[in-house]
Amino acid sequence: MRSYSEIETTIKRATKAKGFSWGISEEVGKNIRLLEMFGLPGLKNLNQYFKIYNISNFENIGEISPSNTAKGYYCPILCGLNFYDQSPLILKFNEIEINKIAFPLIFLSFLSRASEIIGKRIFLKMDNKEFLFNFNESIYSNYLSGDILEKSDKINIKFLDNKNNFSEDDWLEMHKLSIKTYVEESEESKSRTAGAGLTDND
Amino acid sequence: MEIKLRDPKFLMKLSKLGSFHQSKLSFLRSFLKEFKDWKYSRDLFQLNDKGFGRAIYSFTKEKKTYSLICFANEIKDDERSDRVIATKWDAAFTLFDGIPTKEDVDRLSNNVPKQEVGRLSYKELTLSRANKSVRLFNHVVENLSKGQQPDKEFLSKVGYLYRTTAVYGSGKFGLADRFRIKNRDEICGPFRLEMMLVYLVRQFTFDQVNHIAKSISPKNAVELDNNISRTLGIGNSTGLGMAPFIVNHPTLLNNWITARETVLKKIREIEKVSKNDLDIFYQCLIKSLKNITSWHTDSEFQKEKIKNLIFDLKKFIKFMKDEFKFENSYQFNNIYMWAEENLNDECIEYIVSMMMEPYDKIVDPLVSKMSSNEEKYFNIPVGRTIEDLRNIIEKNYSEILKIDFSKEENNKNFWFISKNKEEPRIGDRYIDDGSNLEQPLAIARDIKKLYDIVFTKKNSSKIGKFLLDNNHLRHVVRRVFISEKCPYAEIQDNTIGSKLMPIDMLRLKLSFFGAIKFDPRSDKWLRICMFQGAPLPSELSNFDKYWMYN
Repeated sequence: MRSYSEIETTIKRATKAKGFSWGISEEVGKNIRLLEMFGLPGLKNLNQYFKIYNISNFENIGEISPSNTAKGYYCPILCGLNFYDQSPLILKFNEIEINKIAFPLIFLSFLSRASEIIGKRIFLKMDNKEFLFNFNESIYSNYLSGDILEKSDKINIKFLDNKNNFSEDDWLEMHKLSIKTYVEESEESKSRTAGAGLTDND
Repeated sequence: MEIKLRDPKFLMKLSKLGSFHQSKLSFLRSFLKEFKDWKYSRDLFQLNDKGFGRAIYSFTKEKKTYSLICFANEIKDDERSDRVIATKWDAAFTLFDGIPTKEDVDRLSNNVPKQEVGRLSYKELTLSRANKSVRLFNHVVENLSKGQQPDKEFLSKVGYLYRTTAVYGSGKFGLADRFRIKNRDEICGPFRLEMMLVYLVRQFTFDQVNHIAKSISPKNAVELDNNISRTLGIGNSTGLGMAPFIVNHPTLLNNWITARETVLKKIREIEKVSKNDLDIFYQCLIKSLKNITSWHTDSEFQKEKIKNLIFDLKKFIKFMKDEFKFENSYQFNNIYMWAEENLNDECIEYIVSMMMEPYDKIVDPLVSKMSSNEEKYFNIPVGRTIEDLRNIIEKNYSEILKIDFSKEENNKNFWFISKNKEEPRIGDRYIDDGSNLEQPLAIARDIKKLYDIVFTKKNSSKIGKFLLDNNHLRHVVRRVFISEKCPYAEIQDNTIGSKLMPIDMLRLKLSFFGAIKFDPRSDKWLRICMFQGAPLPSELSNFDKYWMYN
């Protein structure tokens, strides 16, 4: 088994060898390590992408808008990096659509890290595959295949509001249960067991 | 009185960093302290008459065990090389996480001796190899087999029976990734497992000479005297591999230096130093002179440094005897201020190390802060502004901005990775091929490039937007923001200039390891000794904490 440290270092160097800058290569190394740790086939997808990288003209996305369409296909590295770099600015768009992106799995790793820096969950749907990025702590998905995804013609991205996954009623019921661990105080015990005085107007 | 931490712009110069010495913060010393109450044992010792075979040593506490697995091999004299291009070594080692099964040991016997071309697993934590100091090894075996102890004078000239030529960890060649073990309390200090490996290898070298001597002459042989064993350490040959490490791990470098500087600051802030604490400092310093006068090197560069160190130390001792007034407050601050004014860097940093000796209470809490969660600092704060970026550069890199990189002498070298051994090298940009594949270690030059571009940008513009067109400088944008939180993260010097001495970078790292007797063999590699004078594993439960100076 290759260690994650080996994966990160090798991917960083391989990305540089493909002509990306050292700074971008560092990001890609980190991201593929992340995908592999989350159980997604990052290295396999990147390897396949690099095989065709120099023979196909992949596009850079530039500034991200609510709807983005490539003439050919977007480069998942530059697209992912720009999404990540612009994430605090593009939060204002509730939904973002990206049409035509190559090897979208590589792009996903940038979204995972973007979720961490903006402090919001991100939901992504492409075809029938769904991904939920949880602050770069985990990726929840219905996609469990280790296959290579060569392209996606349509990706929908949504920034999710920070809200609980339960109702106020659920909360109250739980809270009611939790207070059963508390001890009822008597007037006498109030004065003996509290740290401060009963009145502290000094 | 509040003393300020020393200014990174002055401290992080390579010549200054290359003058650091071992101290109480050094990793091999903190390792011994941490493992002093672990149970040591030799679990397996299957060597043939010539000393070839396998052995296992372990440290155990409660349910945790770390096992060193040793493979001693027969090699020809002409196959023995300390250089990284070697393919065979006298012995190879791995530190195993737990108690290895026979299957584990058999698997490892096929891989550990091959080192870089073997494969390790997540069960193994560190990997190393070592070569005998043949003359010394043979001398010791010969004398022991005749029933006599070896010549101490001869031993002291070398100081070790074996020297390691590499110690690998953190996921290399399939070894366990750092994240698997990072939450273990006993290894919270940096390089603790590497230190454990080297320390147990040292014991193996003693057991091996005893075993061979006894095989030669079962009736006459004696064991190496413990008092002599203690004077022997493990040598290490270190090349350029270590130099990029301190550039590639800025937050770790910051934490090492911050710990050292915080200790110094706190010591200088002590208003009334006790007589006892001052005595400990002074006695350690006097005793340590032995380490300097027995420091052998053929390097003219190092000889000059040692000569100056001895000269300065004599001057300092005279000051302590004739001028220093114990009655005054802030005694260590007074000592430091005098040293700054009157001594060279080599001696100033030597005295700083010695000042730590009486102060376990100040030093110990900082040891666990010397590791780093590097991931925490990786993300570039893309929502910050160009103004922020420029202000940080101007504040933290003002020395670097003065360097004129249009001059050939300031742009002379480039760092690259050799295809043959995947190891760092340094080449001359104007002579050697390969500068197009330069590693991102010319931080000063790239910061300067970044500054020139940033200077033309709008203050309010966001970093995320700036990177759209300037991703070629992304690696240094990241570093600038790291430097904002980690003031000692950057070497404030030119790492590609004609005056660069790469061994300054090596020595900085090795001083934190706890190495002594730096012996430069060129400006690109050096030999050192580790654990010389250290207690033996069987003595760990109760040892003299000033063993360095005995």
